Amino acid sequence: MPPQVEIPKDSWSGSVTTVTLGATAAEGGTRSHTVTVGGHKSLPFMHFEQKMSHRPVVALEIKDHRPEDWSPLLLELWGQAANDPASWAKAAEQAGAELLVLSLSQTGSDGNPTTPETAVAAVQSVLKASGLPLLVFAPGQAELDNTLLVPVAEATRGERLVLGICEDKNYRTIVATAMANDHLISTRTPMDVNLAKQLNILVRDMGIPTDRILMDPTTGALGYGIEYGYSVMERLRLAALQGDGNTQSPMIVTPGAEAWKAKEAKIGHDVPASWGDWKERAINWETLTAVALIESGADIVVLRHPESLRRVRAAIDELMI
Amino acid sequence: MPLSGIQIYKLLPKTNCKDCGLPTCLAFAMKLAAKQIELAACPHVKADAKAQLADAAEPPVRLITLKTGGAGAREVKSGNETVLFRHEKSFINKPGMFLRVRDDDPIASIQAKVAAAEAYTVRYVGIDLTLDGFAVQATAPFDPARFANVVSAVRASSKRPLILIARDVAVMTAGLRAIDGESPLIHGADASNWEAMAGLAKQHHAPLVACADSLDGLADLTGKLKAKGIDDLVLDPVSRQLGAALTRQTQIRRLALKKDFRPLGYPIIAFPGDATDPTQEAVQAAQAITKYAGFIVLERFAPEMIYPLLVLRENIYTDPQKPIQVLPGLYEINNPKPTDPVLVTTNFSITYFSVANEVEGAGLPAWLLIVDAEGMSVLTGWAAGKFDAERIAKAVKESGIANKVTKHRLVVPGHVAVLSGELEEELPTWEIRVGPREAVDLPAFMKQAL
Ligand code: B12
Ligand code: SF4
Repeated sequence: MPPQVEIPKDSWSGSVTTVTLGATAAEGGTRSHTVTVGGHKSLPFMHFEQKMSHRPVVALEIKDHRPEDWSPLLLELWGQAANDPASWAKAAEQAGAELLVLSLSQTGSDGNPTTPETAVAAVQSVLKASGLPLLVFAPGQAELDNTLLVPVAEATRGERLVLGICEDKNYRTIVATAMANDHLISTRTPMDVNLAKQLNILVRDMGIPTDRILMDPTTGALGYGIEYGYSVMERLRLAALQGDGNTQSPMIVTPGAEAWKAKEAKIGHDVPASWGDWKERAINWETLTAVALIESGADIVVLRHPESLRRVRAAIDELMI
Repeated sequence: MPLSGIQIYKLLPKTNCKDCGLPTCLAFAMKLAAKQIELAACPHVKADAKAQLADAAEPPVRLITLKTGGAGAREVKSGNETVLFRHEKSFINKPGMFLRVRDDDPIASIQAKVAAAEAYTVRYVGIDLTLDGFAVQATAPFDPARFANVVSAVRASSKRPLILIARDVAVMTAGLRAIDGESPLIHGADASNWEAMAGLAKQHHAPLVACADSLDGLADLTGKLKAKGIDDLVLDPVSRQLGAALTRQTQIRRLALKKDFRPLGYPIIAFPGDATDPTQEAVQAAQAITKYAGFIVLERFAPEMIYPLLVLRENIYTDPQKPIQVLPGLYEINNPKPTDPVLVTTNFSITYFSVANEVEGAGLPAWLLIVDAEGMSVLTGWAAGKFDAERIAKAVKESGIANKVTKHRLVVPGHVAVLSGELEEELPTWEIRVGPREAVDLPAFMKQAL
């Protein structure tokens, strides 16, 4: 008679907040459907304790105009589609994106700073081209971010867009406009559990409901600091399950942007032969960064290459069984 | 449940004779409870106490070592892990990564695969990363002679540790005989062949993999093998699908660590090479690295997959308390002359090597001044006040670089352009130049702007 192994099950007092992105016509927006993340009552994919409520989702990042600093592999792949945000959005949806992230550039293709008018136009053209819920990330310069995101939020009232990125310097304006116009926010702190908690306290103090907050604890790419991002996410998720209310937002991370910044993904010439085939290496770089982070607690991963998206989604399919 | 320090103390001679190198028996007991010393370090433990202490002396995940001898010999250690999450302390023994060959492939192609993998090294932050060994798999229809032949061929091409994979006892016997005197990892024992496999493991002093597709089955099997005197075991929970593998491997690690459940207190072997979709091999291997595998068997020798996996393994197994660092000081790249430029950066390994590799790779001579930023990257160091004008100025002065170059011109990373004003004050005789933000753009910058 074989021994009965008693499987230890964790039971947690806390859970991750459920957050729904996007609004359909019935809900006051124009999205063809919504996407819900979070709700977890156990560590990722521990279905034997608690069936995981909502699966992690994969977003693709698109830009307001052709980004000359992206890897030639990506630019070649998206081809003509990358020339304008609407056709890029369509192509990304066709490639299987579950969400779109439109990241606004600091400057337009003419070299001048991005204007509120062009930002609003880009967002509206994307909303028209695709029914997917949308996240709009400003360039990351506190002042410019505010001047771009406020008109974007006002022009898209009721869509439940995610506005980013709220950092300690600029969160006030973004949170206020998100609340006034029925949107969500994404916060970002540099790979530190306490900073993540602090920012969460600050934004909640402004009165934004918790079901409108996503948090980005920041990550590094494989080989460039992933271990910090990985461990910070594990710690945040453990804290959330232990009942710490300031860590319970679903987590979003950007392995695509990080991985494609790494030389291993970005560059194909003058690199050691031991790095192997460029394209396959780049996709592995992005895919492995993303999968590791999903297993440490990411609810949304933002990628750049459709083949990475396909592989990561296939992995999530298997993990959800 | 593991014994506490006090419980252990009660079983010791309590003479404080210091033969163990510690001042008191209590100090020894505490160290043993923390698994920081071996029971054998105390020569005076009585036999009956030894039996009771044996379990306490065992690490929760048994250490399994695969070793080969002679030139090109290698060692792979797996097990001895003490935490579920790396931030709690650190993961310790990196999982061994093995490349599999099958005995129904033509010998020539097997040899080519082994030779390529054997020669493979890739440099990451100054460390040469390689695969650890090879796995030889018997395929149906089983043929002992063919298996033995392939094992010999692999051994002729590589001196690294081997894993032999065959459930058929005659085949395994032949394989082991082909490398007589060695102790490869034997894969493996299952509910039907375990007695014979145990015999082989004993005869060859080889560690043995127990295979069963349920935890009950695994625990049952390891119990029987242990009763036969086999201590060195590895677990194959036969879950070749990501979700099931994650669940089982987590359960096994939890049982070993939290419940001190001896029947599952062994390293786990994973087979990403069995992924049905070849593009998922890398994904499965990545999960195996982050989630508790001790041995990983890959199928394809593809540098574009091996390299990221070896890097992931380095990253996940670094000690979270200590970022990998290089020694601060002045580094000479490509034999610089007094007229060549001085570049400054931090002592975080990843930062140092991303800069040094670019400059070196481009064949450009330069002086690279490494500031002690306590192992932080450029921006992290800057944000934390560990890479500021004062520290940079100090490094310039202490390095004596002023006497080595005729052109007093210092290039700072583009990300910390804000430091240039202060630096000009700190180093009035130096011209401060702001370089590009990314190291990739350094060679072009050096050629054009310097
Ligand atoms: C990993 C990381 C950490 C790790 C530390 C890793 C380490 N050992 O340094 C941890 C988690 C500990 C950490 C902590 C903090 N971090 Co941090 N961290 C990062 C992260 C994700 C990656 C940094 C990294 O490793 N990059 C890779 C290395 C290779 O880059 P690098 O050193 O810059 O080198 C490149 C270039 O600068 C260039 N280069 C380098 N040298 C030279 C020299 C010359 C001459 C030239 C031309 C070029 C050049 O080449 C390299 C490759 O291109 C970044 C965000 C990001 N994704 O970049 C934030 C980031 C650097 N961190 C940040 C902050 C604020 C912090 C904290 C202060 C937060 C806090 N209060 O806790 C702490 C400070 C540390 C402390 N007090 O303990 C901020 C800095 C913001 C700013 N602009 O000032 C960043 C940018 C995140 C953000 N967006 O807010 N961090
Ligand atoms: S050697 Fe043994 S008996 Fe002597 S002090 Fe150490 S633990 Fe005590």
